[in-house]
Amino acid sequence: MMTTPTETVIEVAGLTKRYRDTVAVDDVSFAIEKDRIYGLLGRNGAGKTTVMSILTAQNFATSGDVRVFGQHPYENAKVLRRMCFVRESQRYPDDALPSHAFATARLFFPRWNQELADRLVADFQLPMRKRIKKLSRGQLSAVGVIIGIASRAEITFFDEPYLGLDAVARQIFYDRLLEDYTEAPRTVILSSHLIDEVANLIERVLVIDRGRILMNEETDAVRDRAANIVGETAAVEAFVRGREVIHRESLGHVSSVTVLGALTDDDRREVAASGLDIAPVSLQQLIVRTTQHANGEHPSTQEGALR
Amino acid sequence: MIEEGRALFLQIAESVEDAIVDGSLTEESQAPSTNELASFYRINPATAAKGIAMLVDKGVLYKRRGIGMFVAPGARATLLAERRSAFADRYVQPLLAEARKLGLGPEELAQLVRERASAPVAASASEGRA
Repeated sequence: MMTTPTETVIEVAGLTKRYRDTVAVDDVSFAIEKDRIYGLLGRNGAGKTTVMSILTAQNFATSGDVRVFGQHPYENAKVLRRMCFVRESQRYPDDALPSHAFATARLFFPRWNQELADRLVADFQLPMRKRIKKLSRGQLSAVGVIIGIASRAEITFFDEPYLGLDAVARQIFYDRLLEDYTEAPRTVILSSHLIDEVANLIERVLVIDRGRILMNEETDAVRDRAANIVGETAAVEAFVRGREVIHRESLGHVSSVTVLGALTDDDRREVAASGLDIAPVSLQQLIVRTTQHANGEHPSTQEGALR
Repeated sequence: MIEEGRALFLQIAESVEDAIVDGSLTEESQAPSTNELASFYRINPATAAKGIAMLVDKGVLYKRRGIGMFVAPGARATLLAERRSAFADRYVQPLLAEARKLGLGPEELAQLVRERASAPVAASASEGRA
């Protein structure tokens, strides 16, 4: 239904990154389309930061091919100026003020929007006369977020940009990002553990697990992919027979079983007729369960609180 | 406003349909734009666009070049017919299942419905789902 033709801005083929005896990224291939917002999701150590560092030429691949705007990013200033990487552990010179960081960004990024940066400084109530070194963790994150949004770089990476930001500040980040994306479309790759917070923002989900891509698809297509069937254990088991079960929990006689596959109208009628309930599965639950399932962590007899 | 576990573009399309069904968005009036929907529901604009595109495909909305989306003539009647035919499945079926659990027969159920329908609004409103 979307009629806009897709254009690829990043192409990754057979990318592998090895550190001594650990494989951080394992023969990964994917493409990133222009002007879409991606959620790069996965557990700590799954390989998210490594992939983003290689794409932005801050790290080297062991093998495989990476193309950004059709070119190799290494020592390629033309390509690098079109990308912005906001990382969690960004370092700044010791005596730098936020205004110095913004001035540098202004020189570097050709599409930098100063008015927007000023507005964001006010939104995040960032103290401009305090050295970056002395800022709180949240204020430090705000510096990165402001650079990320105001750079209006054609490809912007946010690697867990929210550390130390409280719920209000994170909402400001999401709102401003969406607003400015609408005004100046760009490709955004947002890595986050707060999956449910970003679920409505991201057009596509890219799930990486143990250095491999587990999922790369439209968020909306994933949303109704799984459902929790809740009710009396025997009735639940009867309904889920023959379906792909990715999670089971029970408490006494009550079970909650997560099944894959969108439910048809007939399924829904059957569920209602059996006195069972359908509880939605959030994107976060689905990804957690899919990741566990892929790893063979199959807590099939897990007792626990029903969620 | 937005529920988990259902495609967002469908929910966006439904929200516009709701406004047409309840009369707050009249035929030939301008529908909210993709960007307005995206910023109101705080969702990705591409997703909102997909919802709008679905309504255009369905003939509920039509595009006026350079102006925006408008509610098609006859849209309300179409949507009402569609909702009425889905009503039994969506509302009556679960109602019957719960009534059966409680040992309420169809006659008692019908009696309850009649009583509630004629009861003052305040009493039934407190039973309404949020």
